[in-house]
Amino acid sequence: MGYVAVQGGVTAIENSQKLNSYLRLKGASAPLQVSQIMEQMGPLVDRVMSEGGLFSPFHAALAVKQASGDPIEAAFLLRAYRSTLRRLVDSIPVHTEEMRILRRISSAFKTIPGGQVLGSTSDYEQRILDFSLAEETTETQQRAVSEFEAGLEDVHDPLEPIHFRKVVEMLRDQGLVPPVPPSPLREPTDITQESATFPLERSGRLQMLARAETGGVLALAYSSMRGYGSIHPTVGELRVGRVSVQIPHPWRKASALTIGSVSITEVEIVASVQTAEDEARPTFTLGYGACFGHNEVKAISLGVLDRAMRSPSPHAPAEDQEFVLLHTDGVESSGFCSHFKLPHYVTFQADLDRLRTLRAGEE
Amino acid sequence: MDDGVLLSIRDLGKRYGPGCEFCRELTGPEHSTNICPRCGSVTAVNSVSFDLKEGEILGVVGESGSGKSTLVQCIYFDQDATHGEIRVSGHGNGDDILGLPRSTKRKLRSRLMGMVYQNPLRGLRMDITSGANVAEKLLEADVFHFARIRERAAALLARTEIPEAYIDRFPKSLSGGMQQRIQIAKALANNPPLILLDEVTSGLDVSVQARVLDLIRELQRELKISMIVVSHDMGVIRLLADRTLVMKDGCVVEQGLTDQVLEDPQHSYTQLLVHSAL
Amino acid sequence: MTLKDLVPRRSGFRYNFAFIDEGVKKEVRRSLLKAVALPGHQVPFASPELPIARGWGTGGLQVTMSIIGPSDVLKIIDQGCDGSVNAVNLRKLLVATTNVRTTFDSREATVLQSRHRLPEIPLRADQIAVLQVPLPEPLRLVEPSEVETRRMHSEGDYARMWVSLYEDVVQNGSISLTSGYPVRVNDSYIMSPSPLPRWDLPLLHESEHLTLLGAGREKRVYAVPPHTSVHPLEFEDMPFTVENFSGMTCARCGSSGTFLDEIYDEKSNQASRVCSDSGFCDLVREGAIPRRGRRAHG
Repeated sequence: MGYVAVQGGVTAIENSQKLNSYLRLKGASAPLQVSQIMEQMGPLVDRVMSEGGLFSPFHAALAVKQASGDPIEAAFLLRAYRSTLRRLVDSIPVHTEEMRILRRISSAFKTIPGGQVLGSTSDYEQRILDFSLAEETTETQQRAVSEFEAGLEDVHDPLEPIHFRKVVEMLRDQGLVPPVPPSPLREPTDITQESATFPLERSGRLQMLARAETGGVLALAYSSMRGYGSIHPTVGELRVGRVSVQIPHPWRKASALTIGSVSITEVEIVASVQTAEDEARPTFTLGYGACFGHNEVKAISLGVLDRAMRSPSPHAPAEDQEFVLLHTDGVESSGFCSHFKLPHYVTFQADLDRLRTLRAGEE
Repeated sequence: MDDGVLLSIRDLGKRYGPGCEFCRELTGPEHSTNICPRCGSVTAVNSVSFDLKEGEILGVVGESGSGKSTLVQCIYFDQDATHGEIRVSGHGNGDDILGLPRSTKRKLRSRLMGMVYQNPLRGLRMDITSGANVAEKLLEADVFHFARIRERAAALLARTEIPEAYIDRFPKSLSGGMQQRIQIAKALANNPPLILLDEVTSGLDVSVQARVLDLIRELQRELKISMIVVSHDMGVIRLLADRTLVMKDGCVVEQGLTDQVLEDPQHSYTQLLVHSAL
Repeated sequence: MTLKDLVPRRSGFRYNFAFIDEGVKKEVRRSLLKAVALPGHQVPFASPELPIARGWGTGGLQVTMSIIGPSDVLKIIDQGCDGSVNAVNLRKLLVATTNVRTTFDSREATVLQSRHRLPEIPLRADQIAVLQVPLPEPLRLVEPSEVETRRMHSEGDYARMWVSLYEDVVQNGSISLTSGYPVRVNDSYIMSPSPLPRWDLPLLHESEHLTLLGAGREKRVYAVPPHTSVHPLEFEDMPFTVENFSGMTCARCGSSGTFLDEIYDEKSNQASRVCSDSGFCDLVREGAIPRRGRRAHG
């Protein structure tokens, strides 16, 4: 029986689910292991963690498998899972200055204290399809891994982390960037526990951006970079790596307990010059973007949007808080977009009736 | 063109819509409509001809839909006239200027004409300062000397009785009366021989109206500028205009010396207008 | 049939000379000729995707790929430096697909592709500069719509641009635009010179050489032919000035008349200045040219 809104719906839905599974499994290829997704599809897993708002590569990879690779669907699964988890404790704010760097660059200066660390990036790879990837085997894999590891040198004691001072701090020392203003709140907003009201204070905006859908924030940031807005961004610093997560020690006062680490991408954008109301002299302005996992396009876009939303005279879409924050949550936007597939025939019947009446009136 | 004539308009017309061969015939005051019954196009301006002398103020009066605003918009090149000719003395060798390319018309306009709109949102840019609004006209006329621009803008704003401090303020933070004065300052920027005023006092409080009208009169006497003043308000016309055109449904139904038109209207529509005025 | 049967062997695939096919080259060349005939005017071109990301020089690259021949000598720089990662990457691609000779000495190059700088030694008539452009439209500063900016150019309606400069002076005391300063070319079009520092703009004016500019993502090319006037927009009473390096010298070669980069030593955190044009700096250090004491022009 066909899909009918009222009757036979349940059977159709069950059959549809079975068909989804079947389409995923019926090919000749071996079932994907979650570990394969975790290890070989890092950027996709990172993106899903970031949009799902939960740092757990295993769960994100599982969601990717279940969603057959659809990033928005996977983020949705992860968000829904997150809602079932108990909140145990709030961590102490993370010190990204102490990040264990995988990658760290600045476009503002040619060389920086601590050096530019290119790390792992596809930026300078030529995007030429590599057909040899279609012929990888466990042998070629093991050979490539052992060759790489044989070429590594021990540079220093791996137990001692190297801390890289922030480029923005350097500019701050010279008075070219304003000092960090004290927060108007004692604690940051928690957007998962209260709904956003506008104007939304900055910690709330940054949280919403951190979970925003990559394509959505990219499009809006791109509009700002191209001319719908007046930010002229320079990447002051981009860093990717792992940061420790600490909680207040349960019984030792004034002590912290490290419970694990997360990987994040953090970007500080140095943007156009302005003289703020409470500043005597002009300074650069900053934009900040941070998200789970390794996702540079998203973090840069977030930094640009953070700055854009603080424009003194907003007029472009990317400068309008409500426009940016209400339209870039992937789970909400895809959900609403998809809802148009639900039956709307009652509302439509009303439209049909109206049109027919109008047309009859004209004759 | 005759001596002493600044502007010569012949058979100027503006139509909105696809148009047909009957549009001009079947619209106008005799038909009491400006909508063509055959094709539905609107003949906003049907056929208008007049000469404007140097230093003269011409009033154009009529109700909404008479085509008076569209007429001045066509003269100012805000709208593209559908047919007709415009000649300005001393420019284009006495040839029709309507057919010139847009960039030439733009240059001509910035030298020859100033325009003041009823709604300041049309005549001013709210996202730049008052001084910048005036500066824009000067820059259009290739004045690229900052101090000179600043001086001229300040002088114009002073002449239109705008406080000095407002030169760097944004029009949107100023009153309606002030915004009209900025428009007037802007219109005068390049010493044009012609200024067009489209319902400039219609949105203002009565006392503010009076002061703006006084200013306009003073400036005209001092600078001997030709003006075309569009208004539905007889009082304004009587105060400012030497001669007056009365428009209805896109055509001129009566024209003559203002006093005569208002005291002794000939056309029935003019009579109606004059007698309805409070 | 399996996937293996469908996938072609990589070794059999051969690239055209300079990577792009002859059809693409033809279209780019036609656009470039039109650009040279209309100095400063942006000419649209198809700009198909390349293996290099958009925003990373695909426009400049397509121009170079369309004009380069086997006997050309190529120099590629990024922010003045031949060794910069992106310059290295682009050079790799071009050399792999053309086998042309490359050089770090700007005097030897016949085609010089650059991101955001011109060499300190002015180019000759037999040299072509190809500049990478991120945002070709100078009027984007005041108008986001492409339809409207095209109209503004076609009518020579630049008042809004000038008004923004007036407002800039009112607010900041002088024109605060930095790199990519708008210029008037041939007393006609207003053009973006690409994000060159102000320092380099005098090098475009009445140059001996041809300058071609390519914006791949925005799909436009434009040109400044030799012996063409290029004037930065300025008020008559506030002449255009370049960056101020007075009192500073290059820590590597001792020149004081070049554009200097501010750098921070990786170990000591000490700040110092070095020539942005690394090729020039190397030539001075080798003794091939004298150090520059004072700017020779501009």
